[in-house]
Amino acid sequence: MDAATISSWMREIDSSVRAERDHLVQLDAAIGDGDHGTNMVRGFEAVVQALGADNGSPPGRLLIIAGRTLVSTVGGASGPLWGSALRSGGRVLGDQITFDGAQLAEVLAAALASVKDLGTASLGDKTMVDAFEPAVDTLRARIADGEPLARALDEAARAAEAGMRATIPLQARKGRASYLGERSVGHQDPGATSTALIIRALQRAATSES
Amino acid sequence: MAVETNQMRKFLNDPAAVVKESLKGLAAAHGDLLRYDVANQIIVRKDSPKKGKVALISGGGSGHEPLHGGFVGLGMLDAAAPGEVFTSPVPGQMLAATKAVDGGAGVVHIVKNYTGDVLNFKLAAEDAADEGIKVTTVVIDDDVAVQDSLYTAGRRGVGATVLAEKIAGAAAEGGADLAKVTDTIKRVNARARSFGVALSSCVPPASGKAIFDLPEGQIELGVGIHGEPGRRRAPLGSASEVVDIMVEAVISDLKPKHGSKVLAFVNGMGGTPLLELYLIYGEVDEKLRKAGIEPVRNLVGSYITSLEMAGASLTVLELDDDLIRLWDAPVHTAALRWGV
Repeated sequence: MDAATISSWMREIDSSVRAERDHLVQLDAAIGDGDHGTNMVRGFEAVVQALGADNGSPPGRLLIIAGRTLVSTVGGASGPLWGSALRSGGRVLGDQITFDGAQLAEVLAAALASVKDLGTASLGDKTMVDAFEPAVDTLRARIADGEPLARALDEAARAAEAGMRATIPLQARKGRASYLGERSVGHQDPGATSTALIIRALQRAATSES
Repeated sequence: MAVETNQMRKFLNDPAAVVKESLKGLAAAHGDLLRYDVANQIIVRKDSPKKGKVALISGGGSGHEPLHGGFVGLGMLDAAAPGEVFTSPVPGQMLAATKAVDGGAGVVHIVKNYTGDVLNFKLAAEDAADEGIKVTTVVIDDDVAVQDSLYTAGRRGVGATVLAEKIAGAAAEGGADLAKVTDTIKRVNARARSFGVALSSCVPPASGKAIFDLPEGQIELGVGIHGEPGRRRAPLGSASEVVDIMVEAVISDLKPKHGSKVLAFVNGMGGTPLLELYLIYGEVDEKLRKAGIEPVRNLVGSYITSLEMAGASLTVLELDDDLIRLWDAPVHTAALRWGV
């Protein structure tokens, strides 16, 4: 995998958050303030534009540019959270031109660590961490087991989707949904939902080229 | 042409441009007080930076007007950073605002406690510190409807924000230093509590849909300022009964001393007329006095809103002589003006 994989990942995210925009808005309206879909679309549209203008940067650098773009265009909580996630992930790759599955798992692990650090959320708080952490754990484990990357990524995406669905019965303890207390129970978390889309987009980007 | 959907009738040209076009209008109406920096999407006090004066900036999602742009001017804010509707601004806006108003005495960031606002302001404060500007941050969290614990995002910042901006603005105008201004905001936040109720949701222009539906005869108790549902839904009682709930929620948490002097702030959420807000104030005034609390100052009107939501919030601030003096000090902004 190389810079093209990252660009393709960002384009895949752009098209999936666009396709799911109304769904994300609807989920956010139930337990937040209804802007999540709009914000993610605005951010990844800007990322695709920024990467389109880039001239041959290595993959780690592209992730850092993508992260900076999200911080400067999204606002809300998802801007700083995904922005610092991609920046931390990008730093793992340094100036490498290519990277393998194990390194990709480390990129995602660094991204997750920065989300948890900045957002102070843990597994079970009904946030994006509930989709992100199982995906990272699964990818790391499957790659360590020697599974082919495509299958490992598919299982990671499934783990994210399962984590996303598992937020439904939870009571939110972080983020705007936490203001609702018990009334947040029974709703799927919008941040976990867009996170599952982002992991699924990675699986598509990485497998379409192999 | 206005934009109309099943649930939305709004004066718009383009839903995506509503914030920028509104800021342009604010600057056109109040060019004597403020200017609109289009490139950075910030509102800056006309005579800023003032050398040697501590500067105050705030910001947050739009849709809460007149908060914060309407409070830029003499004796209140030096700049405001408005984000998209109900979405925190990005760090670049707060950084640009900080740089635009720094007169060498430092800059205070007044931040409402929402995850997005806190995170984006944090990044901006780090960038400002890197550029050698002294920045302090105070997070406002006065909403008693939200449980505060280690396991939540904490209480929301609502009505106390307006009071903190006015009172700290007066302190800064009077020459208080950075530590003193920062401490004044913390004191206001520590001695103020709020509780909001809603009779309708609101419709963000970008989605064109109401955030929730409230059946006839129901009221949402414990709402914030983003059109979100409250802590619980209840049958709608008389105004007196609703105010009982609001006063009880605020006072039982604030626990003011018997005989305390307070400022009672009855705030409209955007869709409730002054006719009703004054009716509510009358009830609040009477109930506070019955409880042995004396409202010696008040503010009644729609100052921190949630688009067109019908509803109201009550904020009670326990006063001392210093806070009364700062509240009474001159202010001249688009939304608040006295003493000048």
